[in-house]
Amino acid sequence: MPDSLTPAADLSALPSAPPAETRAMRLHNFWSDYRQSWVAIGALIVFIMLLVGAFGAPYFVPQDPYDLANLDWLDAFLPPGTVGSGGYAHLLGTDNAGRDMLSAILYGLRTSFMIGISAGVFALAAGITVGLTAAYFGGRIEALLMRIVDLQLSMPAILLALVMVAMLGQGIPQIIFALVVAQYAYFARTTHGAASVERRKDYIEAARSTPLPTWRVMFKHLLPNVLPPLIVVATVQVASAISLEATLSFLGVGLPLTEPSLGSLISNGFKYIHAGRYWLSIYPGIFLMITVVAINLVGDQVRTVIDPRNSR
Amino acid sequence: MTAALDVQNLTTRFATRGDAVTAVNDVSFSVEKGRILGLVGESGSGKSVTGFSIMGLIDAPGNISAGRVLVDGVDLRSLNDEGMRKMRGNKVAMVFQDPMMTLNPVLRIGDQMAMAVRVHRKLSKTDALEQARQALEAVGIPSPGERLQAYPHQLSGGMRQRVAIAMALLHSPSVIIADEATTALDVSIQGQILAEVRDLADQMGTAIVWISHDLAVVSSLADDICVMYAGRIVERGSAQQVIEHPRHPYTQGLLDSIPARHTPGTPLPQIPGSTPQLSRLPQGCPFRPRCPRASDACTVTPPEDTKDNQTVLCHHPLERS
Amino acid sequence: MFGYLVARLSQAVVVVFAMSVIVFVGVYAIGNPIDVMIDPGATQEIRENLIRQYGLDQPLWRQYFTFVGNVFQGDLGRSMVYNISVTSLVFSRLPATLELVLVSVTIAACIGIPAGLYAGYRPNSIGAKLIMALSVLGFSVPTFWIGMLLIMAFAVELGWLPSGGRGEVAEFLWFKTSLATSNGWSHIIMPAVNLSLFKMGLLIRLTRAGMVEAMGAEYVRFARAQGLPDRQIVFSHILRNISIPVVTVFGLELGSTLAFAVVTETVFNWPGVGKLIIDSILQLDRPVMVSYLVMVVILFVLINLIVDLIYARLDPRVRLKGGS
Repeated sequence: MPDSLTPAADLSALPSAPPAETRAMRLHNFWSDYRQSWVAIGALIVFIMLLVGAFGAPYFVPQDPYDLANLDWLDAFLPPGTVGSGGYAHLLGTDNAGRDMLSAILYGLRTSFMIGISAGVFALAAGITVGLTAAYFGGRIEALLMRIVDLQLSMPAILLALVMVAMLGQGIPQIIFALVVAQYAYFARTTHGAASVERRKDYIEAARSTPLPTWRVMFKHLLPNVLPPLIVVATVQVASAISLEATLSFLGVGLPLTEPSLGSLISNGFKYIHAGRYWLSIYPGIFLMITVVAINLVGDQVRTVIDPRNSR
Repeated sequence: MTAALDVQNLTTRFATRGDAVTAVNDVSFSVEKGRILGLVGESGSGKSVTGFSIMGLIDAPGNISAGRVLVDGVDLRSLNDEGMRKMRGNKVAMVFQDPMMTLNPVLRIGDQMAMAVRVHRKLSKTDALEQARQALEAVGIPSPGERLQAYPHQLSGGMRQRVAIAMALLHSPSVIIADEATTALDVSIQGQILAEVRDLADQMGTAIVWISHDLAVVSSLADDICVMYAGRIVERGSAQQVIEHPRHPYTQGLLDSIPARHTPGTPLPQIPGSTPQLSRLPQGCPFRPRCPRASDACTVTPPEDTKDNQTVLCHHPLERS
Repeated sequence: MFGYLVARLSQAVVVVFAMSVIVFVGVYAIGNPIDVMIDPGATQEIRENLIRQYGLDQPLWRQYFTFVGNVFQGDLGRSMVYNISVTSLVFSRLPATLELVLVSVTIAACIGIPAGLYAGYRPNSIGAKLIMALSVLGFSVPTFWIGMLLIMAFAVELGWLPSGGRGEVAEFLWFKTSLATSNGWSHIIMPAVNLSLFKMGLLIRLTRAGMVEAMGAEYVRFARAQGLPDRQIVFSHILRNISIPVVTVFGLELGSTLAFAVVTETVFNWPGVGKLIIDSILQLDRPVMVSYLVMVVILFVLINLIVDLIYARLDPRVRLKGGS
C-alpha cells in the first residue's frame, strides 16, 4: 500500500508562497504547471470520470443492485455482454445473485469513494489538530504527541486498522474510524514539520504577543502555511484509504456484502474464481486499480508542482 | 623535449535544449615538467571544464568537439575509454575543490587509497596500504599509519585536502590538475599547502595546472598564467609578465580589484557588469560590453597578438608605458 | 554503546507495555465472547462456568495482570475456538509465516536492488523507465488483487502452480519447512512473489534514488579521476553508501511484511499466523487476537532496535548516544 511512502519529511520544509501573489494567480500558476504532464492530465480526467460515474450511478445504471426486488436468480453468473431477463445487456456480466456487475461496481465505487474521502477528511482534521497543537505548545506536549505519532508511523497501517477492527467490529463508521486511526499520523507529522518551521518565524511570535486567543493564532496564522504539503499527503492518503478499505473488506473484516464496496465485491467474486467466472472479481478489481493509480498519479504531479525545488 | 602537458585547440561544447554552448573555446597551452601553470578566471569562464576535459571526464550532454590533449607526447583523445581510464590517476591526476565532498564518507581513508593504488598496480592490499602511508607522509600528514584507519569526517578540512593530494600523487603522475584545491580552506592552511605543492613540482618534476579564481594565489605560486574569459584564453604569459604588465584589459581589471594591491582609503575598482551567459555571448570580443577600451573594431573576433611570448586576444592591448 | 542499548531497551519496554494495555483493553472491553462461543440455548450454569473458566468475571485490570503474569510464564491463554493453548497455536503457525516472509523478502532484495541500481545507473534508458513504471504499479495496486491475478493466471488458466495451501513440508535442520520439498516450493513461490512486490517496488525506488544521487556526487567523480573502472565505483563506493538507507528501510519494512502477510495468507490460503489472526477476528477469539497483536508489536520494536544498531555500524558518521 502506498501509505508508507508519503514523503512527509520532504514536504515539511516547504516555505509558504510569497504573499504578493493573489490566490487566483497562484491557482493559475498551479494549473499551468500541472498541465505540463500528459500522464497527469489523463489521470485527472480518469479520476473525474470515476467520481461522476460513482456518484451519478443511480441516474444511469440499469439496475439498483441493493434492491432485492430487481434481482432474479435466473440471471446469476451471466457472462459479460449477455442480455438478461431485464431486457438489457449486462456489459460486465452478473454475479451469483444476478446483480448487474457494472451497476454493482459503480455503487461499490461510490461506497469506496465515500469511505476513502471521509476517512481522508477526518484524518486530515485529526492530524492537523495534533500536529498544530504539538508545534504550537512545544515542550512536553510536543514530545509526547510526536512520540506517539512516530510510533504509529513505524507500524504498518494495515496492522493498526486490524487492531481497530478487532476492537470495534464491522460497519461503515467503524471502518472509517479505523482508517482515521491508521492514517492521521501522516498528517500530524507533516503539519508538525511545516508548522515548527513557521513557528520560529517572527510573525508567529508577534501574533502570540497580542491578546488573540491561542486557537485563533494557530488556525489563522499557522494553518495557511502548512496547507500545501498537506494537500499532497491528502491525495495519497485518500488513495491509500480506498485501497486499505478494499483490503479489509477482502479479508472479510471490512464491509459486509449488503453494503458492498469494491473490496467486498472482489472478495465475493474471489469465491468463484476457480469456476472460471472471472468477471465477478476481475472487473471490480480493475476499477479499484484504476482509481488508486489515477489518484496517485494526480498526487505525484501535485507534489512535483508544489515542491519548491522543482520551481522554475 | 616534449612538454608534460600540451593542450592544442581544445573545444568543449554542451548541447542544451536545441542550441549548443561552447564552454571551452579553442584553448591551447602547454606545461613543462616541474612547472606550474595558473589557470585563472571567474566562475563560468570554462576553467574547470578545461580541467575535466583534459581528464576526459566530460559527461553528456557535454562533449569535446575538437583539439588534442598530449600528455608526455601521447594524445589522450586518440585513446579509447579503457585506455583513457588507465591514464587517469596514473599519468594525469586531479584534485578537487571541496575536500568535504571528494572523499567517500563511509569508507576508511586507507581503503580508498588502497583502491586507488591497486587500480593501476598489481599489489597486495598490505603493500598498497604501505604505498598509501608513504604518500600521506610525503604531503606532511602526521602519524599517517593512524590516518589510514580514520574515516574522512574524523579529519579536518586541510587534512582531507592533503589526503586528496596524496591520492593524486600515488602513481607519480606527469600532470596534476588542481581545481580550486585550496579555495575552501583557511588562509593559513592554504599557504602551507601552496608551499608544499611548489616543493612537489620542483622535486618530483610534476607539471601542475592550478585552476583558481584567485589571481593573488596564482601569482604567488605559478610559473605561467593563462587568463580565461567566456571559454577562451584571453591572455597567456609568464607569471611575472601577466602580473606586472598585463596586456588584456580584463586581466588589468582583475588585478586592480585585488584588495592587497590597492591603496587603502580609495574605493576598490571593480569590473563593471557581470560574466556573460555562454548562451548569449556578444558578437566579436566577449569582453566588449564591460571593457573600458572597447571600440567599434571589437565587434569582430579579436586576433591573437604576441609580444615577448606574452599572447593576448584583444584589438586594443595595453602597452608597456 | 552500552548506555545507548539500555536507553533503547527501556524505551522498547515502555512501548510494548503501552501497546499491550491498549490492545488488551480495546479487545476485551467490547462485546461478550461467550455469546459467540456457546449455543444460545445453553443453560445459565454452563454459561457461568465458562465465564469463570476464562476469567471473564474478574475486573478488567485483574484480567490484564493475570494475562501479563501468564505471558511471563510463556502462557498466552487458551484459544476459545480451538481450545488449545495460544502459545502452541501461534507457534504451530509461525514457521509457515516466517518462511513466507523470508522467501518474499529475499525475492524483493534479489530483484529490487539490482533493478534499482540499473535504473539509477542509466536513468534515461528504456529499461530504467520500464522498471520505474513497474515499481509504481508494485506499490499502488493492492496486494490482494495482484495475488488474485496470479492465481487466475498461473493456477486457473495455465494450471502450472497450485492456487493455495502450503504443500508438503519436510524436516530441515530442526524444523519442518516447505522449502525442503519441490512440492513445497511450487506452493510457496506464488504467495512469496505476491508478498514481495510491494517491497520490491519500494527497494527499486530507494536504490535508484540513492544511485542517481551518488552518480552526481563529488566522491564518485574523484574516484573516476583516479582511474577506477565504473564497475568498481558502483560496487565498492556507491553500494556502500546507498546500503545505509536501503538496509534501514528494508529492516523496518521487514515488520510490515509480517503484517502484510495477513493479506497474502488469506488470498493463498496459507496456514500462517496472518490467516490465524483474521480467523480469530471473525470468530472473536480474543486470546489469540491479543497474543498475536502483542507479539507483532514486540517483533516490531525488536526489529527497530536491531535496525538502529546496524545503521550505527554501517554509517561511521553516526555516533551512538544515550537517550533519543
